[in-house]
Amino acid sequence: MAEKNEKPRTIHTVLRVPFEMALGPTWTRFFEGLREKKILGTKCKECGRILVPARPFCPRCFEPMEEWVEVAQEGTIITWSYVNYTYFGVTADMIPIVPTRIKLDGVDGGWGGRIGGFDIKDFDLVNKKVKVGARVKAVWSGERHGHLRDIEYWEIIE
Amino acid sequence: MGRAVAVIGTGQTRHGRRDDVSYPDLIKEAVKAAFEDAGITSQDIDAVVYGSMPSMMEGVAYNHFYFADALRVVGKPLLRTETCGSTGQSIAHTGIYWIASGMADIILVVGSEKQHEGDAQATMTTIPEAFMHADFVGGAPVAFSMQSREWMGHFNIDEDKAREAAAIISVDCHDGGLKNPYAHIRVNITKEDAMKARIITYPVRLLDVCPSSDGACAVIFASEDKAKKICKKPAWVKGTGFRGEEYFSGDSSKAVWQSAIEASKEAYKQAGITDPLKELDVAEVYNPFTYQQLMFLECLGFCPPGESPDYVVKGVFSPGGKLFCNPSGGVLCTNPIGAAGLIRLAEAAMQVTGKAGAIQVEGAKLALSHAMGGALQFNGITILGSEL
Repeated sequence: MAEKNEKPRTIHTVLRVPFEMALGPTWTRFFEGLREKKILGTKCKECGRILVPARPFCPRCFEPMEEWVEVAQEGTIITWSYVNYTYFGVTADMIPIVPTRIKLDGVDGGWGGRIGGFDIKDFDLVNKKVKVGARVKAVWSGERHGHLRDIEYWEIIE
Repeated sequence: MGRAVAVIGTGQTRHGRRDDVSYPDLIKEAVKAAFEDAGITSQDIDAVVYGSMPSMMEGVAYNHFYFADALRVVGKPLLRTETCGSTGQSIAHTGIYWIASGMADIILVVGSEKQHEGDAQATMTTIPEAFMHADFVGGAPVAFSMQSREWMGHFNIDEDKAREAAAIISVDCHDGGLKNPYAHIRVNITKEDAMKARIITYPVRLLDVCPSSDGACAVIFASEDKAKKICKKPAWVKGTGFRGEEYFSGDSSKAVWQSAIEASKEAYKQAGITDPLKELDVAEVYNPFTYQQLMFLECLGFCPPGESPDYVVKGVFSPGGKLFCNPSGGVLCTNPIGAAGLIRLAEAAMQVTGKAGAIQVEGAKLALSHAMGGALQFNGITILGSEL
C-alpha cells in the first residue's frame, strides 16, 4: 500500500508497431490512378451506383463492382470543418486544416479531402468562401506517390 | 422478443482523472457498487459481458483479461462486445439477449475507459484504416463536427440559431453535471460562455465538446422470475434497437442518420411507443458534442427533421420541458467512452426506479437511453420502464 498522503505512481511505456497492410487488387489500382492524376470509381451492376474510392464489391448489394469509371475531378461540398487544435500527429505548424467531404459529379456518395488554395488561417474568410453546396476542383500534388495526399487540396471554384 | 428482462442494479465510479487507482481497482469500484445496489453477490450471476474502446487506448491488448478478477469471471462465461462509442449499448444488448434467450438468468455487464492512461486520440486514429482515411485529421471531433455541418447544410439551418441551441444544451448539461455525484466536469457556465467559447473544430466550440474521462459502469440484468424475487423496483427493458451502416462514411447521409432513425423505430415498436415526445418522461441521449444532440433529437423522433434548434430554444428538452434530455449532464460532462453508453442506460434505470437523487425527474416511468458509435456507423437504443 502507498503511504498516506503519497500519490500512487504511474509507469511509463511506449509501443511502436509496424504494419504491412494489403490493399488488394481494387485499391492497388485506385491508388495507381491517383499517381496518374485520375480519380477512379467502380460501378455496381446491380444498383448502378458509382462509388469513390473504388470498391471491390458493393457495400449494399454485395455484388462485385468490376466496371471501372474515371470520374470528374470537380464536385460539390457536402460538409466541412475547421480544425484549430493540435492532436496526435497534428502539430501546431499544421493547423488550421479545413477538412471536407465532397460529392464528385456523377458519383454516388461523398469523399473526404481538404480545402486549400487561399489563406485558411483567416476563419472568417474560410467561413465566407467554404459553403455546403460550393463547387470545388482537385489540385494535384507535383510529386505523387499513389496516396490520398496526391490530391494536395480541393480548390473553391468561384 | 424472448423473455422479459430487467435491470436490478447499477453501479458507477466517480468519473474523471482516476490515476489514483489501477484499472482493475477502477472496475472493482463499479462492480462492487452494482452488487450492493442489487443486493446480490458474484455467486448469483451466471455470466459477464464486458466492453470498452480498443483496449490499446490503455496499452493492453485485451484489457478484460487484465481485470478478469474485478469482473468476477472465475468459473463463469465471459463475452466481449465492442462497437466504439455505442459499446455501452452493445454490451447491454448482449446481456439482454442472453437472458431473453433463456440461456442465463442474471448477467453482469461492465463498460469502462481509462483515457488518461494513454493518448486516447492516438488510438482513435487507428479506428479506420490509415490508407483510405489518411485525411482523418483531428479524429473523432472532426468526424462529428463534419456530421454536424452536414446536418446544418442539409436542412439549411441558420448558423446563429444552431449555435444558440447548442449553447442551451451545453448549459443544461453543465447544470446537470454539477448536480450529478458521478460526473467529471463540474463547472457553472452561461449561454454567453458557450456561444463565445473558442472554436475547436468548426462549428464546435470548447463548451460543445465532451471531456476525456476515466470511469466504469456496471449494470446487472435479470430475468422476470429472478428480478421479481430479488428486486423491489426493477427497471424493465421495454425495447431495444441497434442498426449499422457502411464503413465508408460518404456512402450514406449522416445528416438524416438512418441507423439512428431505424434503431429508435425498432425500440419504439417493441415498447409500443407511437409518440416518443409525449410518451417518454426522460431521455439520456449520447451527446459527446452538443450539435450531435441537436441532430439526434430529430433522428430519435423527438421533433421533425431540421427543427430541433427551434424546439431546444423553446425549452422542450430543458429541465421542466416536455422531454428533459440528459439530466445527468450526459456525455458532454462525463466521457469514459466504453462506459458512456451504459451510463446512459444506468441513468435511465435510476430515473424510472426513483433512484436518481438530485437529478431525479419527478414521476419518471419511461426513459430512453442511446449511444452512437463505429466510424459514424452504429446507433443503439434501450428503453426502460417502471412497469413490466
